[in-house]
Amino acid sequence: MGCVDPDGKPTVSGMKMLRALQPDSKTPEEVAEEAGLPIYRVRGGLRDLAEYDFVSLEDNIYTLTAKGAELLVPTR
Amino acid sequence: MTGAIDNVGLTQLGAPAPYFEALTTHGRLTLDDFQGRWLILFSHPADFTPVCTTEFVAFAEAHEEFQKRGVDLLGLSIDSVYSHVAWVRNIEEKIGVKIPFPVIADINKDVAFTYGMIQEGMTKTETSRCVFLIDPGQIVRAMIYYPLSTGRSIPEILRLVDALQTADAHHVATPANWQPGDDVIVPPPITQEGAEERMAEGYDCRDWYFCKKKLDS
Repeated sequence: MGCVDPDGKPTVSGMKMLRALQPDSKTPEEVAEEAGLPIYRVRGGLRDLAEYDFVSLEDNIYTLTAKGAELLVPTR
Repeated sequence: MTGAIDNVGLTQLGAPAPYFEALTTHGRLTLDDFQGRWLILFSHPADFTPVCTTEFVAFAEAHEEFQKRGVDLLGLSIDSVYSHVAWVRNIEEKIGVKIPFPVIADINKDVAFTYGMIQEGMTKTETSRCVFLIDPGQIVRAMIYYPLSTGRSIPEILRLVDALQTADAHHVATPANWQPGDDVIVPPPITQEGAEERMAEGYDCRDWYFCKKKLDS
């Protein structure tokens, strides 16, 4: 997994992709532009994040899931 | 995949690049992840070897030039991902060059056999120094094979990218030793009438079949 650690937590790149999906759902190309990451990395990474239910995919559009959004909530 | 050696040579110029899904130093990647971009898939014999190290440094140093041309790089050898990670970290520590591209850990040789990277006449246990230039439509546009003893010329690979992109953009060919900015070859006419007209079309012609032009003309 390139964007999810073996312990199930998104890597630094994975978190960049999750943040790029706020507030709107996006295509991999849009995520790549927003996150400043290569498109191949984003396509592979979003696939990993989807396997762990951090994002969902429909018609090439990725959306943050509740589990993914939870990671982006600021903690005190 | 069975009888792996039987698969050597499946990759053909002008044919779709064989699909792969592989573990890399940037996670699991597929050929499709590179769709819409040019891709240079290249193999090296083994991690922690001197010639390969010089090649990785040279590819890394030219990475920005490849990126300017819309080209992604993807390395491969039959080492493990842990070996790849240790090696790229070692290169950064000892030589001061960060390797920005992913490297396939083809421990089962699946990609290597599919692409004919293992040249039995050379060795059965290592990949040779192969380069596959794949276009945004995932068609194999060029292949280069170097032996184990000879490090690749990265300027030549960049020149090849420039030549292919120029040929695609302008519907021309490029002569021997062509460099960006040099005159290009006008495709020869394929009819007698075309041949008669060619000499009057204002190109720099030695004969009807051998005409050059500047790209801005």
